[in-house]
Amino acid sequence: MSIKRLFALAMCVAIIPAVALTGCSGDKPEASSSIVVGIPQDLEDSLDPHEAVAAGTKEILFNIYEGLLKPDENGNLIPAVAKEYSVSVDGLTYSFILRNGVKFHDGQNVTAEDVKYSIEKSAGLTGEQSLITAFSNIKEVNIVDNDQVDIVLKEKDIDFPAYVANLNAAIIPRGNSTPATKPIGTGPYMYVSRSPQENMILKKFDEYWGTPANIENITLKIIPNADSIVMNLNGGSVDMFARLTVTQTQQLSKNFNILEGEMNLVQAVYLNHARAPFDNVDVCRALSYAVDVDNILELTSDKKGFPVGSSMFPAFKKYYVDLTDSYPTDREKAKELLAKAGYPDGFSFSITVPSNYQPHIEAAQVVAEQLKQIGVKADIKLVEWNTWLSDVYSGRDYEATLIGVDASSLTATAMLDRFVTDADNNFTNYSNKEYDDLYKKLFVTPSDEERVEIYKQLQKNLADNAANIYIQDMAEFVALSDKYEGYTFYPLYVQDFAKIKLKGQ
Amino acid sequence: MDKLVFKIKKNPELYAGAVITAVMLLVILLGRLFVPYDPDAMNAADKFARPSLAHLMGCDNFGRDLYARLAAGGATTLFIALATVLIGVVFGIIVGAFTGYYGGALDEILMRFNDAVLAFPSILLALVVISIMGSGTFKVIISLGIVFIPSFARIVRSEFLRCKNLDYVRSARLMGAHDLRIMFVHILPNTFPVLLSSTVIGFNNAVLAEASMSFLGIGVQPPSSSLGRMLSDAQAFLFMSPGYAILTGVTIALIILGFSLLGDGLKKNA
Repeated sequence: MSIKRLFALAMCVAIIPAVALTGCSGDKPEASSSIVVGIPQDLEDSLDPHEAVAAGTKEILFNIYEGLLKPDENGNLIPAVAKEYSVSVDGLTYSFILRNGVKFHDGQNVTAEDVKYSIEKSAGLTGEQSLITAFSNIKEVNIVDNDQVDIVLKEKDIDFPAYVANLNAAIIPRGNSTPATKPIGTGPYMYVSRSPQENMILKKFDEYWGTPANIENITLKIIPNADSIVMNLNGGSVDMFARLTVTQTQQLSKNFNILEGEMNLVQAVYLNHARAPFDNVDVCRALSYAVDVDNILELTSDKKGFPVGSSMFPAFKKYYVDLTDSYPTDREKAKELLAKAGYPDGFSFSITVPSNYQPHIEAAQVVAEQLKQIGVKADIKLVEWNTWLSDVYSGRDYEATLIGVDASSLTATAMLDRFVTDADNNFTNYSNKEYDDLYKKLFVTPSDEERVEIYKQLQKNLADNAANIYIQDMAEFVALSDKYEGYTFYPLYVQDFAKIKLKGQ
Repeated sequence: MDKLVFKIKKNPELYAGAVITAVMLLVILLGRLFVPYDPDAMNAADKFARPSLAHLMGCDNFGRDLYARLAAGGATTLFIALATVLIGVVFGIIVGAFTGYYGGALDEILMRFNDAVLAFPSILLALVVISIMGSGTFKVIISLGIVFIPSFARIVRSEFLRCKNLDYVRSARLMGAHDLRIMFVHILPNTFPVLLSSTVIGFNNAVLAEASMSFLGIGVQPPSSSLGRMLSDAQAFLFMSPGYAILTGVTIALIILGFSLLGDGLKKNA
C-alpha cells in the first residue's frame, strides 16, 4: 500500500514537468514567406468588424479590414478607403472622396454604395446596435456621386474622424450576407480559414491598394495557456508572440529578438470616490505619497515601464504632460495627511483585481506592502474578469481596483471623458466641478492649440486631486524570431502583420 | 532496542509517517520562530536571490525570503486543514451518531442527502460554495469543512450501526441510560480507532484540497502565503528559479506523504 502511494506521489511529481514540456513538438514551418503568430485567445466573438468587441479579435481583424481612414503607427489618422476628406464650415458634414481602385478580397471594387451600407450598418441605422457610441450622432449617410460619400452629423463632433478610423466602422461589401463567418475586407491580408480553438489562417492580398504585405502566409496559433507560450516559442512552433511579461522574455532562447514597446494604457489603483475614505482628497494624496512607483517597477518588471502621473499615456505625445513628480515618495508626509484627514492610525480597504491579469496582481501585492508602511491595510480581492466588469466597472461596487485603462479610439477624450461627474463610464465616481467645467469648455473651443491646453489642464486636475494612485504605462514585450524583422508598435491595441518581413527581404 | 526494531518492522508506515510529519512540523515551527524576515516583506535587491546563509532557501520574485514564506504558507495550509477536518469531524459525528443510532426515516433522508453531496467531486463542490460566498481564508475553511462532513458522517454511522446492538450498549440501556449518554459516552469512544485513522487521512485530503484551491487562485488571497498559492506563483518562474517551485512542491509532497503514511499505520494498528 505504502509503496503504491509513494509511486503515485513520484508520478505526480514527474507529471508536472512532463505536462509543462508538451508544447515542444510541432513542425517548423518553411521560412519561405510564412510566419506562425501565437495569440492568447480564439476569435470567438465575431469576425464581422461591426460586431467584434474583444480587443484580441480586433487587433487581428485590423489586418483584414480598413475604414475610410485608419490609424498609423504614430497615432495619426491616414486615408485608407477614402483618399481625402473635408469638413463643412458648420462642422456637421464630413465629405469623403473615395480612393480609386480599392478592391475587396473577392475582387470587387469598393463602391459608394458599399461605403454607405457599411457606415449605416456600423452606426446601427439598419437595425443592429452600434459598438461606437459616438455614431449615434450620425444623422444620415448620402451618396453624392460614385466617388463621394457625405456623412451628416446631428451635432458637431471634432473627434469624428477618429471614430471613422475605428475598426468597428470598417468598410465591407454590401453583397456579403455572412460577414461573421466569411470576412471580406480591403486590408493587406485576406481570410483563408479558421479552426475553432486551434488556428486561423491569413493570406497576403495581392491586389491591395497600398504598400503590399511582405509575408505570404500567416498562421495564427491559439495558445490559451500562458504557461506553454515560452515552450511554444523555444520549441520553434511559434515565431512571434506579443504582450509577453518580462519573466517570459527572460526565459526565451537566443533565437528571438525581444522588442519593447508600450501598452498604451494607464495602470493605476483606481479609487471609488463615492466611498469613504476616498471622498477625502487628503486620503487620496496620502496614498499617492506612500506608493513608490520606481519600487513597483523594480519588483514587478525589472524597471521596464513608463511611470505616469495622470490619466494619459506618453504615446499621446500631443496631449501628454509629464506629471510623474506630483507625488514623490514621502511616507512622513503621507502619515501627516492621513492624520489631518482623521485617520492617524490608518484604515483598511480592499483592492479588487481581475484574476486573469498577473501583472496587475503583482503590482497590487507591492502596493499593499507599501501602504502597510503608513499603517494602511490593503487586502487584495481577486475576482473573475466577468465579475470585475459587472461589479466594479458597471456596478461601481468596490473600494479600489488596480487595472489598466486604455483608449478605445485615437482621441484624448477617450482617456479623460470618464472622469466627468455624470459620464456613463465614470466608474471611479470622480466628481470635481472644475474638471467638469474644463471638459465642457473643450466643446466650445475651436482652436486646436487651446484645446490641447485644456486637455493638459484636465490631466493636472486629476493629478492635483490625486484622483487615482497612478502607476505606469506598462512595457509591452514582443518576441519575434530572428528570421523576421519589421514589427511595428502602434499607440493602439493593434497588430500590423503587413510590416513584418523576412530578414533581408 | 530490539523491541523498538520489532515494532517498527511490524508497522513501518506508522513510524516513517510519524518521523516525516514531526520533521515537517519542526521545520515549519523553526521557520515561524527563528527566521528574521517578515514573510510578506519585499526587497528589490534580493529578487531571486540564491540560497545563502542570509536566505537559507533563497528568495522569490519579490525578494521575499522563501523559508519564511514556506513556513508561513505551511502554517496557513495546516491551519486550514486542521480547521476543515475539525468541522468535518464534529458535524460528521453528530450526523453519523443520530442517523446510525436511530435509523428510520431521518437516517434515510440524511444519508441520501449525504450520498448526493458525496457524488460531487469535493473540489468542485467547494468551488460552488466559494463562488456563492466569495474567496478568502475563512471561506475556504467553511467550504472545505462542509465538503468534508459526509465522509465522516458515513464512517461514524457505520460504527454506530455496528455498536448499537452490542451487549454493552444493551446493558447500558437496561440500566436506564439516556440515549445521548449511550451515544456519546458509551459508543463514541469505541469509534475512535477507526475515526482516528480516517481523520488523519481526511487531514491529508484537506491539505491537498486547500493547496489545489489556492493553486487555482480561489483559496488564500495574495499577499498571504499558502503552499498552493506559492506553487501557482512559482510556475511562472520554473526556468529562471526552479528552486522556488521545487521547494514548495517538495514541502507539499512531504507533508502529504507523512500524513498518509501515518494514516495507513494507524489503520493497521486499529
